[in-house]
Amino acid sequence: MATAANLPPAVAGEAAIGAGQTPAAPPADPRKKPRGNREARAKASVPLTVVTWLIAAIYAFPLLWFLLSSFKPGSELFSYPLSMIPREWTFQGFVDAWERVDFAQYFLNTATVSIVTTVLTVFFSACTGYALAKYNNKGTRLFFVCILATTMLPTEVILNPTFSVIRDLGLYNSLAGIIVPSVLTATGVFMFRQFFLTVPDDLLHSARIDGASELAIFFRIMLPLSRPILFTLAIFSFQWRWNDYIWPLIVLNDPKWYTLQVALRSIVGAENIDWPVLLGASVISLLPLVLVFFVFQKYVLNADVSAGLKD
Amino acid sequence: MANPTISTTAAPAKPPTGTVRSKSQQKRRNRYVIAPLVLVGVNVVLFLVFFVWPGALGMLYSFTDYRGVGKLHFIGLANFQKLLADSTFYAALGRTFVYTVLSVPLVYLCSLGVASLLVSKAVRGRTAAKMVIFLPWLISPIVVGVIWKWLFGQDFGFVNFLITGAGGNALPWSSNGNLALAVVIFASAWGGTAFNMLLFIAALKNIPEALLEAAELDGANAWQRFLHVTLPGIAPTSFMVILLSTIHAMKEFAMIQALTNGGPGTENTLIVQYIYKTGFEQSKVGYASAASMVLMVVLLAIALIQLRFNRKKG
Repeated sequence: MATAANLPPAVAGEAAIGAGQTPAAPPADPRKKPRGNREARAKASVPLTVVTWLIAAIYAFPLLWFLLSSFKPGSELFSYPLSMIPREWTFQGFVDAWERVDFAQYFLNTATVSIVTTVLTVFFSACTGYALAKYNNKGTRLFFVCILATTMLPTEVILNPTFSVIRDLGLYNSLAGIIVPSVLTATGVFMFRQFFLTVPDDLLHSARIDGASELAIFFRIMLPLSRPILFTLAIFSFQWRWNDYIWPLIVLNDPKWYTLQVALRSIVGAENIDWPVLLGASVISLLPLVLVFFVFQKYVLNADVSAGLKD
Repeated sequence: MANPTISTTAAPAKPPTGTVRSKSQQKRRNRYVIAPLVLVGVNVVLFLVFFVWPGALGMLYSFTDYRGVGKLHFIGLANFQKLLADSTFYAALGRTFVYTVLSVPLVYLCSLGVASLLVSKAVRGRTAAKMVIFLPWLISPIVVGVIWKWLFGQDFGFVNFLITGAGGNALPWSSNGNLALAVVIFASAWGGTAFNMLLFIAALKNIPEALLEAAELDGANAWQRFLHVTLPGIAPTSFMVILLSTIHAMKEFAMIQALTNGGPGTENTLIVQYIYKTGFEQSKVGYASAASMVLMVVLLAIALIQLRFNRKKG
């Protein structure tokens, strides 16, 4: 957790706004001190705190309005004057979304795709990242450049041919058609490569002297070492796959295989949007990610994610 | 490292006779080749099947009038000639540029601004604020579209309710092309801030405090310190954020599908949407592939220009 106490003493009050210098005496200060805040120098600044929280409020507002609206009955959604807090709370939107649209099925499909892909992505990214970091030969160097190239040529650019490939492989209209192509991600490979580059080679040498085979070194020593990266990538991958739209869109045709995002798009793309259902369905689709995030948030928020990334 | 020709450690329990050593070296050389091969194998296959194959196929398609079924019929450069005269293609490409040019700076400013505030020790409750601002990262582009469509609904949205409440006239957020694009840009900044903010926070924490203190002693004010110490210090991150955001904006698809569906009319159809519509809905595969090739060249050009720019500055 990035509490005030363990943040590196980096940039105090340089925050773009000159107000950083304002010698403010906030009433909260005495209460904070016993918490072991040794940087007495860094005084709280009321204007900066207010600005930060104002911005946070602006970021929170669209989400809050959307969440609160989903608890309103259909009749209240459009009745002026709008009120922030629902006058009448109801779960009807969620119930309708769950029943009318085949939502349980979509939920299951999305969960299957996300979990299976995430496990595969993490495992194969670890393997590849390790090989690229610890075996320096022509082959691995070439493959590193190849992986780099995939970030420059995203799927969106080769939609039609990708579809042909999926069809020719017999993966069309199946969940495997979404899972298999998504396993290779440049970000995952780069994250692991970056991590394994920081692992000292001595460890590898001494394991070799002890007679461990190359693969045993990887599975017994290196993979357990990379736990933090493993979790970080797992959450990233889960988020990518849960929220993915373009792969399911081109691979799936039969509604029984739809994922949540494709299903949501079909509701929002309708001629007359059924807003109560749409709001309910959208909120339900967010829940698993929110849950995962709050359990594992330190692996995301504190991760040093600067190693080759895509969104 | 792990250079097969340099064996720092002799194989244990092997008599150092010439033939045996060369055998064990051979064995070592093999395992330094085979082990990485086993480790990267699956990803190499995936790379070839889902990247090289479609890439080559796309290039091939762009020279044909393929419509999804039947044999490939080569028509040379006809697709590209037609593209050059296609006004809807230009409109889509132009709109994508406008969107990119407006949204990337906004995303950059928002993420850097928020990150600067969140590393400042003078701000109280940073962890909580960081979490709140990070929340949009969890939300899929489709749902981001839904959220902003709901907020900016022309007849029912909260924003127009506020505007009319304040005595103004309701703005045509969905029937005016430029206003609709503005909503898309706001939504992209809202959704794109979170992740870039993390990158900037990591970069800002890495700036040595001694530098900032020295600048302060020399009489630089907060803004000057930011401009002359912080900004150069985070230049590599800035470069990466701009590059990634630009590529992301050029291929924006899901969010705009949900938010405006390219509307009003086809006014805000972006390039990937144009490719999708031509390639899948009208199944002009060959033609769509030609458009894809143009997009690919544009993306490569952007990457190269930014790389060049970055090198010169560094």
